Amino acid sequence: MNEIGLTHILFLSAILFFIGVYGFLTRRNMVTMLMSIELILNSVNINFVAFNKFLHAGKLDGTFFTIFIITIAAAEAAVAIAIIIHLYRSSKSIDVNDADLMKF
Amino acid sequence: MSASIVIFYILASIILGGGILAVTAKKIFRSAIYLLFSLMGIAGLYFYLNYEFIAAVQIVVYIGGIVVLIIFSIFLTHASGKDMEKPKLISVIVSALAAVFACAIVISLINNYSFVATTNTAIEPTVKNIGRQMLSTTEHGFILPFEVVSMLLLAALIGSIVIALKPKTEA
Repeated sequence: MNEIGLTHILFLSAILFFIGVYGFLTRRNMVTMLMSIELILNSVNINFVAFNKFLHAGKLDGTFFTIFIITIAAAEAAVAIAIIIHLYRSSKSIDVNDADLMKF
Repeated sequence: MSASIVIFYILASIILGGGILAVTAKKIFRSAIYLLFSLMGIAGLYFYLNYEFIAAVQIVVYIGGIVVLIIFSIFLTHASGKDMEKPKLISVIVSALAAVFACAIVISLINNYSFVATTNTAIEPTVKNIGRQMLSTTEHGFILPFEVVSMLLLAALIGSIVIALKPKTEA
């Protein structure tokens, strides 16, 4: 443990990923579930950057993947929040257990 | 213990502490603020790894964009001072066990795997190098995904406006 290497950062991102998974499984509220998804996506980004830096320093591919993931996460968050606001208008609740508009 | 190791552990504790508090906080607004700290720690980690451009993008898009959007949506949909409904005890126990065991498996896998680094000369992730490769039309350029992502952003923009529009009241 003399130097911070790839494994340290992979441990960090693995723990962050499973914190996100725990939040996604326990929360029943759409906004907090969206926050858990953001944590999961961020742990993936940390992995891409770490692999790019420590294993494939001759390329920039990990950097590009991180940039595209951040962009798509922003688009996803915008659409998800639009859906949440619409759902709140129609059913006055954003609890996933109350959402039954599409139930057959 | 050199300064670099100390800084890494401080950043890691900010990231993980913020993350844990964000998924367990009782009030939803506090949860969003803890998420902000966690994302800030991740931006710090990118600075620590010398990826300044990614760190700047992280701050601008995540902290300046997504967290603000989440806070706005909280204000539009919640009485943010009230406590949230507590999750069921059985669901907390099962989820925590699943997360801990899966995390232990992944960590033991990482611990036993020997990674082989490339010997090619390193490209510095500067803004110049990133920009040149991203907009290049040669074999290793990323111009096509760049354009596709711009279409995706336009579609998401129009889509979210259409979805969140107030339905017209019938006169």
